[in-house]
Formats: sequence, structure tokens, C-alpha cells
Amino acid sequence: MATQVQTLPTTRPAISVPSVLLMFFLLAAASYGALIWAPTENTMGIVQRIFYFHVASAWSGFISFFIVFFGSVAYLRTRAPKWDWLSVASAEVGVAFFTVVLVTGPIWAKPVWGIWWTWDARLTSSFLLWVLFVSYLVLRTLVEEPERRALVSAVFGIFAALDIPLVYFSIWWFRTQHPQPVIGDGGKLDARMGWVLLLCWAATLGVMVVLIRLRYRLEALRSEVDALRMESARSTR
Amino acid sequence: MVARSSCCAIWFRAERSRVSTPHSTSPHGGALSGRGNGLRIQFNDIEKRYGMRLALRGISLEIAAGECVALVGHNGSGKTTLLKIVAQLTKPSRGTLAFYSAENSVPLEEVKSLVGMVGHNTLLYEEMTAEENLIFFAKLFGLANPAELSRKALQPVGLANRASDLVRTFSRGMRQRLSIARALLASPGLLLFDEAGTGLDPEGQHWLGTTIKHLRDSGCTILMSTHGRNETQEAVTRAIRLEGGRITHDSGAGGNPNEVLVMAAVRESGEEGQQ
Amino acid sequence: MTLARATSVILAKELRTEFRSRQLLGTTAVFVLIVIVLFSFTFNPTSTESRRFGPGLLWLAFLFAGSLMLQSSFLREQTNDTLAALRLAPIDPFSIIAGKMAANFLFLLLVEVILLPVFAVLYNVAILPVLPQLLLVLVMGTIGLAATGTVFSAVAAQARLRELLLPLLLLPVLAPVLIASTEATIGVLQDPSELSLVWLTFLACFDLIFLTAAWMVGEYLLEE
Repeated sequence: MATQVQTLPTTRPAISVPSVLLMFFLLAAASYGALIWAPTENTMGIVQRIFYFHVASAWSGFISFFIVFFGSVAYLRTRAPKWDWLSVASAEVGVAFFTVVLVTGPIWAKPVWGIWWTWDARLTSSFLLWVLFVSYLVLRTLVEEPERRALVSAVFGIFAALDIPLVYFSIWWFRTQHPQPVIGDGGKLDARMGWVLLLCWAATLGVMVVLIRLRYRLEALRSEVDALRMESARSTR
Repeated sequence: MVARSSCCAIWFRAERSRVSTPHSTSPHGGALSGRGNGLRIQFNDIEKRYGMRLALRGISLEIAAGECVALVGHNGSGKTTLLKIVAQLTKPSRGTLAFYSAENSVPLEEVKSLVGMVGHNTLLYEEMTAEENLIFFAKLFGLANPAELSRKALQPVGLANRASDLVRTFSRGMRQRLSIARALLASPGLLLFDEAGTGLDPEGQHWLGTTIKHLRDSGCTILMSTHGRNETQEAVTRAIRLEGGRITHDSGAGGNPNEVLVMAAVRESGEEGQQ
Repeated sequence: MTLARATSVILAKELRTEFRSRQLLGTTAVFVLIVIVLFSFTFNPTSTESRRFGPGLLWLAFLFAGSLMLQSSFLREQTNDTLAALRLAPIDPFSIIAGKMAANFLFLLLVEVILLPVFAVLYNVAILPVLPQLLLVLVMGTIGLAATGTVFSAVAAQARLRELLLPLLLLPVLAPVLIASTEATIGVLQDPSELSLVWLTFLACFDLIFLTAAWMVGEYLLEE
């Protein structure tokens, strides 16, 4: 007989059809907004349009990493595996978003500044954040026992998340002392651009929620499979 | 062997350097090891999970003060886990553990200073001398006069002449003896032995058996996990058999432990024969 | 047994064991030396360039050496499972971590202080006039390094590939320390010397935040 610690509602799908539809709708609207509806920026031209997704991904990435912090703290207090599942799901999604940031940055920079990468404050900080949470994921692959893994990644997750503001401040202050070309917003933001940015952010938030839920479900199922496997190994001994 | 004659020597009692708690009122000087009041332990439906594996299930048990209990069972039956829970090295997933000293309930934080453990590993620092090891642990237990205490503790285990030698140079038997001296430093009310006889030659096992008998006679509660049938079981007053994390046999507080011990030994040797 | 007392007992033990063999200190010092020398091959150590690049390379050397050396504090407790012996004692579990943090801090600081004159000679940098300020920066940066490194070495001790894992975990998290310490050191070594309050306060914040975090969650790493 299977010893289940938690009963999983595996009959229910991880995400409902309406929410997926909503996500696609938002993405479509955001793409339309960014690529067509928003006015073309004066100095940078069409390339500037990538800025909407670049910034929106960064904001959603931040939120994902905040969820990692929250999940890590919750795990340490309650030791309920679901918080660990939430943490790993959010970390992976956050890394994905920051990968988008790191790729769109150079794509933007090259036509505008002529160079792929400038060590400007935001891009450098994003890079470091990306590295930090990739380390988190690497740590998880190196600890086999599930409870131990959840515990150590919760501790590291907390430290990594606490580091985020320190990273941003130190790189920002460093750059104030040693200025460099900025891959920032560049020009002014007119009203329509502001709306499109918010729309893009809503779209990336939608993607974030859907991806995290899917990944969370995957982790929950993996955990259940492991439990069943262990139980069957014990009963055949 | 020097150790054997020293066993009859008088152990020295430790004096607490902290504010004394209700049970540390025994006189010092010339007293036997262990305290007059051994600890009483009560297990209430203890369960321990590692991931999805249940190492202990539904353990409800009461061990009276001064009992010398042998935990038997093959590897993986939960003996070490149970000892670890008593030593507070790990917390039970469910259930509670309560300790009493002469009818007074002892809060869990204080219990640690009353428990001594001799593990499967020696728990000793190789790069420090025997004396330094004892002084270090004496300090951590908040005992007064660690240096003097350490010197006095080495005598009964026959290591007084090796006090300034690095533990790295000790044989297995000597390390076990030092480990026991360390466990006894704070005059514990409860002693835990986790397969402490492993790796000892017959002489060493005999010494260990006699030592345990002395400790039991001085009123200390003893909980030991053993394997097979050996001399260390001479002092046992009660035997409990674990299998699959559950108690299968318990000879009870006043009963005869030998039946359980013999049966367990037979089963174990039967398994070994099959392998 | 108070936290402070238990920490000092454990600190004393760590110091005694290390000073008996001096293996770790010696090896770490030599490693830092090698890194400093190798770095000097990558650019021309004239006086002005040294003052610009030197401090960064120095701190990089300290970080690398630290992340290798910090391994041993918990690995050492795996022989004979002495960590269990520590946990059996009636002490606050955090005192185990705190004692090791303090020991690691002192070891690292000692290595840094030994290598500082060597750095000064090889890179033509005048350190004597600004020695107190330099030491202040060293201390503030090393606290962050030791505190975070000790906690992460407890993390790495439970994983595979721990020799590689500790630097992997530690270096990204310490990036702010690297930036702050380097900038502060450059400021101090400048002509005229300038002690940056911003960076020092930043380092103090870093140290405080991570020491507090270590205090709150560190003991969970010792559980079984």
C-alpha cells in the first residue's frame, strides 16, 4: 500500500483552459502593442521595440526570484515539500526570464551602440542575478536526498535573494563612479509606450504564472513517483 | 589489563558550573559514576520519516530509571535512529519524548547535559591529544575544572599514561575507552551506546561489559544497541527487539531479557548464514 | 552555557588545531602568493596601473583562496563524525557555526596581512602611510567573506563535488563584497588617500545582513 505523505489532486489539470487562453491573448495583445501600436522611437528606430519585452521580462524575473525567497522561508518554517516545489519552479522560470533579458540586451545594444555588451549597471546586475540562480539550480542537482536538498537550497535561496539588493546597489554605485554607455530606456517614454510596457508586463506575468504552475506540478509528480518507487522497493525486499 | 583493575576505581563526580538544576544535588567526592537518579524516558507514539521512508513507527515505550536496556535487531531496523532521537541529534517526525529525573520532568534543553553517548564513530578529534579532547568537551558541557576533570577521567579507562598523545595514534580499543571517558565526564543520568562493542577484541568487549555493569549498578539508565550475542550484554536487564521500525518483542521492565536476546542472535546468525 | 562562551571554546579549539599543523594557513598563503604573481604577468605593473588594477586582483586572490580554504572547516568535522559530538553538547547549535566563522575570519585575515607587504613590494604600492585604513577595509571585507563562506561550506559539505561547489556558490554571492572592497582599497591607495564612507557602510550592511541571516537559518544546516 502506498504511503502517501500528501494526496495530490492529479486528476485535476495543472492549469485551466481559460487561463492558458488568457495568457495567449495577453501575449498576442502585447506583441501587437509592442510591434505595431507603439510609436517608433526617434533615435533608435524599430530596434527599440525590444525594450518592452526586455524590461517586462526583468520585472517578472524579479518577482519569480522573490517567490523563491518566500518559498525558501516558508519551507524552513513548515518543512512542507510544496514550498520547495514552488521554489525550484520559480527559480527555473526566473532564470528563463533573465535569459531573455540577457539575450535581448545585446540584440538591442548592437544596432544602437555598435557593441554587443556594455558593462552597464542594469545588464551587469541582471547577469549576476542570472548566475546566482543558476548556482541555486546547480546546487540542487548535487544533493540527492530530497529533504536534504530542499533544506540546503532553501538556505542558499534565502542568501541569494538577500544578495539581490546588495548586488544592484553595489553595481549601480560603482557605475556612478565609473560611467559607461547605458543600455537603459534611452529616450523619453511617451504615454502610449507606458501603456504598452504595462501590457507587456501583464503578458509576462501571465506566462510566469502558467510556467510556474506547470513546473510545480511536474515537481509534485516527480516526488510522488519517487515515493512510489521507494515503497515498491521496500515491499519487494 | 590495566583497565580491568581500574574499573574498580572510584569515578569522580563532576560539579556543575552553572546554576544548579533541581536534580544536581548529590554530594561530590568519592561517588560512583552516573547519578543516583538515572533518567526515566517516555516515548509517545514516536515516528521518524526520512523522505518517504519510515525509519520508526508507533514507538510507545517507557524506560524506568536505572534500567539497562538492549536494543536488538538487524541493520536498518531503527535502532540507531531511536538512539539518535533520544540523544536529540534528530527530531521525531511525530510523537513526543519526555524525560524525568526522580519524578521531576526535565525540559529537553537540559536533558542534553545529562546524556552521554558512545557512538559507532568515536566522535573524537584525531589531531588533538586525549587530554585536550576531554578538556574541550568538558568545557562545552559547562563543567568546572575541566583540566582536573579530564585527568581524573583518564585513569579509570587506563589512558592516564597516554594523556598527551594524539588520538590519531590510538588503537580502536583505546579510542573506544576514551570515547566512554568522554561520555562519562558530566556524570550522565542516561548513557547511550550505539554498537559500542564493534571492533573491540574479546578482552575489550569484556572490559566494556564490566564497565556497563558498574554504571548500571551506580544507578545510570543505559540504552544500548547491540548486534549478535556478546559480553556487553551481561548487564542487561531488559531487551527490546526492533524490526522495520516497530517493536516486535519487549522483555518488559521486570522480565528476563535473555529470551529476546537469544532469539535475536539466532535470527541474526541465520540471516548471516543465508548471505 | 551562553552562546558567547560556547563560541569562544569552539574558536579556541579551531585555532589550536590549525596552529598545530599550520598546513591550511601555509597552503592558503602560498596560493594567494601564486595568484598575485600570475596576475602580475597579465599587465605591466607600473605604479599608476598597479594602483588601478592591483587592489582588484588582490581581492580576487583573497576570494579565490578563501573559497578553497573555507571547505575545510566543516569537512574536518566529518572525520569520526565529530559534528555529532558537538551537537550532543548542551550548546546553542549556532555557536558551532559562529565559532567556525570567527576562526575562518582570523585565518583569512592573517593570510591577508601576511600577503599585503608582498603585494606592496611586487606591485610598487606604498601601503605603510595608509595601513590603518587598509586594515579597516580588509577587516570589513573579510567578515563578509568568512561569514558567508562558513555557512556555504556547511551547505557544500552535504553535496557532491563540494570542492567545485563552494566557489560556485560563494563567488557570485560575494560579488558586492568584491566591488566594495576593491573600490574602497583603490580609494585608500590613491594619492591623496580617500576612505570611502559609502563603500565602508555598504560593507557593514552586507556583513550585518548576512550575519543575521546566518544566525537565523544557519543551524538548520547542522540538522540530521
